[in-house]
Amino acid sequence: MSRPASPKKRRLHPRHWFLLLVLVVYGLFALLDPAVTAAALGYFFSMLRKVIPILALVFVVMLLVNIFLDPARIRRHLGKDSGLRGWFYAIVSGIVISGPPFVLYPMLGDLKRHGARNALLATMLYNRNVKVYFLPAIVYYFGLRYAVVLSVYIIVFSVLNGMLLEFFVRHD
Amino acid sequence: MLSDRIKPAWRQTTAVFIRVIPMLCSILLVVSLCHQLFRDNYERWFSGNYLLDPLVGALAGSISFGIPVTSYIAGGELLAAGVSLLAVTAFIMTWTTVGLVMIPLEAGSLGVRFAVVRNVLNFFFALLVAMATVFTLGLWP
Repeated sequence: MSRPASPKKRRLHPRHWFLLLVLVVYGLFALLDPAVTAAALGYFFSMLRKVIPILALVFVVMLLVNIFLDPARIRRHLGKDSGLRGWFYAIVSGIVISGPPFVLYPMLGDLKRHGARNALLATMLYNRNVKVYFLPAIVYYFGLRYAVVLSVYIIVFSVLNGMLLEFFVRHD
Repeated sequence: MLSDRIKPAWRQTTAVFIRVIPMLCSILLVVSLCHQLFRDNYERWFSGNYLLDPLVGALAGSISFGIPVTSYIAGGELLAAGVSLLAVTAFIMTWTTVGLVMIPLEAGSLGVRFAVVRNVLNFFFALLVAMATVFTLGLWP
């Protein structure tokens, strides 16, 4: 008589353990300082409300990338043979792309799996600091000269940053 | 054919999101708690030491999180409180380029080595960019 197959034991993934740990920390904080915990939860939900539309957009972009862009094309534009054009794309897309970095990581991870260079991904992330639409704010607080000089240095150092990262992360 | 590509692309994209969402929620919860604990405390961290303050600024920016405008406002207030431009620039730079609490999420998508090396490099680059900016501005007073 054959025995029924035993159900497969499902283990929690580290990311789920991490979430559990964070919830435990919140539980402890709720006991120690309910006001801070409530404020933190309020802040969390307000961030989540802002992030959900961006995540939806990222989902659509990733879906389109997976449907229309084959790895060969990504490698051609952002791969190791993309040359100067690759650096140009990395800098411009870093400046143009908006949204918090954590919603971009999955998309960049997808590009990396399709053959994009580590150096160009790092350069793209670094250039997120040059924000044209935040320019009025930085000019208001620090002046136009400061904004221009800082932006130029960010672009220059982003390339160096990408090169160094690739040197250290060649076999990731 | 296009219809043949949609199904695997949908599955691939959904799989990435299912992997990312729990980590994203964890990180946002950590950030929210840190925000409540550290906000309005930045000024107290600076001693007025011209060499030490940029490091303190870079460290404060590394553990902070938010849209860049928030760092400009906080930076503007620090500057008005007498903190050096070098320290404030290091603070602004690490605010957006270094994310200590984000490392697990970044590592999940781009690799542990990538995330760690990028954050370490960005920390030192923040100091370099701050020095270069302040030096350049000093050339044309």
